[in-house]
Amino acid sequence: MVKIQQFFAKYRQLIVTLMTVLLALAEAARWLGQMTVGYQVVMIIVGIIGLIPILLTAISSLQVRLVSIDVLVSIAVIGAFIIGEYNEAAIVTWLFMLGEVLEEITLRKTRSAVKQLDDLAPQTASVIDSDGTTHQEDVDFLDPGMHVLIRTGSQVPVDGRVLTGTALVNEASITGESRMVHKQVGDEVFAGTILENGTITVNTTAAGDNTTFGKIIELVDEAQDSQTKTQRFIDKFSQYYTPFVLLVAVLVGIITRDLRLAITVMVLGCPGALVIGVPASTVAGIGNGARRGILFKGSNVMDTLRHVDTVAFDKTGTLTVGRPTVQTLLVLKGDRQTIIDQAVAIERLANHPLAQAITNLKPRQELHPTNLQTIKGQGLRAQIAQQEFLIGNRNLVSDVITNNTKLNHELNRITHAGNSVVIFASADHTELAIFGIQDQLRPQAALALQQLKQLGVTRLIMLTGDNQNTARKIADDLPIDEFHAGMLPADKADFIKEEQTKGHQLAFVGDGINDSPALSVADVAVAMGSGTDVAMDVSDLVLVKSNLNSLVASFQLASQTIKNMNENILIALLTVLLLFVGLFVGYIEMASGMLIHELSILIVIFNSMRLIKYLPKLDSYQFLSPNNNLE
Amino acid sequence: MEKVMMKLGGLTCPSCLTKIQKSVEMTDGTADVKVLFNAGKVKFNLDSLVTSPDVVQNNIEKLGYTVQGIKTKEI
Repeated sequence: MVKIQQFFAKYRQLIVTLMTVLLALAEAARWLGQMTVGYQVVMIIVGIIGLIPILLTAISSLQVRLVSIDVLVSIAVIGAFIIGEYNEAAIVTWLFMLGEVLEEITLRKTRSAVKQLDDLAPQTASVIDSDGTTHQEDVDFLDPGMHVLIRTGSQVPVDGRVLTGTALVNEASITGESRMVHKQVGDEVFAGTILENGTITVNTTAAGDNTTFGKIIELVDEAQDSQTKTQRFIDKFSQYYTPFVLLVAVLVGIITRDLRLAITVMVLGCPGALVIGVPASTVAGIGNGARRGILFKGSNVMDTLRHVDTVAFDKTGTLTVGRPTVQTLLVLKGDRQTIIDQAVAIERLANHPLAQAITNLKPRQELHPTNLQTIKGQGLRAQIAQQEFLIGNRNLVSDVITNNTKLNHELNRITHAGNSVVIFASADHTELAIFGIQDQLRPQAALALQQLKQLGVTRLIMLTGDNQNTARKIADDLPIDEFHAGMLPADKADFIKEEQTKGHQLAFVGDGINDSPALSVADVAVAMGSGTDVAMDVSDLVLVKSNLNSLVASFQLASQTIKNMNENILIALLTVLLLFVGLFVGYIEMASGMLIHELSILIVIFNSMRLIKYLPKLDSYQFLSPNNNLE
Repeated sequence: MEKVMMKLGGLTCPSCLTKIQKSVEMTDGTADVKVLFNAGKVKFNLDSLVTSPDVVQNNIEKLGYTVQGIKTKEI
């Protein structure tokens, strides 16, 4: 029996085609040649071909004590044979099987976005053995510490560090930014990224499901089958609905003594569109997000996000880029470019975020400092061509420069504008300059926040560990409603809890590194930028691309997906209503009932498909255009 | 105890889901059965003293579905 079932499953498309051809021939014979006997015979054949797989599935369902739709259809078709309605039997089985084939094709389409992501996962790696030869190995069997060879054009199979060689790597699958990243010895590489040019060997740190990319896939895989409260209810409901319909059909048969009516009721007894509509929307919505680097942990997150009225942001790495840059360079004494050349040369030897900002400036000549001295908590002293220089904070230069009112005044002014300051001075007093360094706002941050407000978020709050001055400077440039400075990670969590007790629904947006306490209490925890395991674990929504447009897109996609689900539920309920009204008015018969039933399933799947193509309205073009219109 | 994941052929009707769910649940020695409709997977915990993945696979195939791959992990 299993063999026959598998045979029918394997050749389902072929069998449906055969049934279609036979049905067409039979109808043609009846209309053209008045061959009623031939017509009936063909109908019986089609009916039997169609009934076999349905009946077998029905029997196996009953074996696990489940009254499935197949049970109802089987009884109905057998009933139709008994009362001699061979054409009804044939058409019902044909529609039922055709429906299954079409559902399979269309559902595959709604699942395509998630499938594409799955397909991007690396499968094998060239492992370098101890004798220097390589062999192919399934990534699931790789262990940390194994050495892997990666050549031009191939996919990086593991997370690891470069041991030898250099390469250009496209990291779009991890960071969402399609640009080449140069990798050299010691750099980290990620599974799922593409090595565009070069050859490297890599020491594996994680493989298979444990890689960052593996975790992204797992997250999306789980999310596509997550359930909202509504869906859990529908699932429960549908389990009882089918046996209930069977009971009703039997009762109708006994009371009316009308077998025909009874079997018609049975055909209408599948809540197909109702059960399939919500999962189809879920997978399409989750897939749409996954394709643009918006990873929802589930459809329930989408549902919650719709009700969020307050969004709280961490500052660094979220509203700002997280990479400090030199905003002002005030030269009090000396030549500007010479100062830059000297400062860059010295700061290259330091390892401090502010120093990094200075080294990003363009020097005109390469200088080589000597006698480098690090003064803890103050800065650096170094010599260039026998001349002594100091670079650091106020304390460092205080013994060289005393009571310079101009310097003090400018320092206060620049600090007040939200900058961190680095002072550059030469020991011979011929050069003196102030670097004002600031973390920059993300491009289009203001616009993105404005759009959030238009989407119904009533309050935007910034929570930061930075001081009041820096926080105010950032908040002034953004449509932020309130900000709280000097907060420790635990304070942020407390703040969120307090707002929740006031009845607010909060989303917290952080970069995930030190925000876990706040993320874990928020109604919707949003982590910007993937790559940190902690963020992936505690957050409900991961934005792979570190930009705020993704956040706006998430809000739009969430509400669109939930709307789509609700539409599908409505379509399904209307269909049931239509069928039963039609039945009692007398318009619906067995075959037409099955047709409407299958059509309703296809309609909800097609409706879900709209979500795959759905484009949240905020691509860069619209953002940059002056009449930035949401509707 | 083992954690088992079986990759099935594409599931198209939600009643397949319930059927597979019930079939696996009715096999002795299984717990926490979860059928993922869109992913086409079934996940469950299995007591290797009572049953084996082969038994479960057999039961699923008896329903007319194909099992394309099995992954197990000791827990």
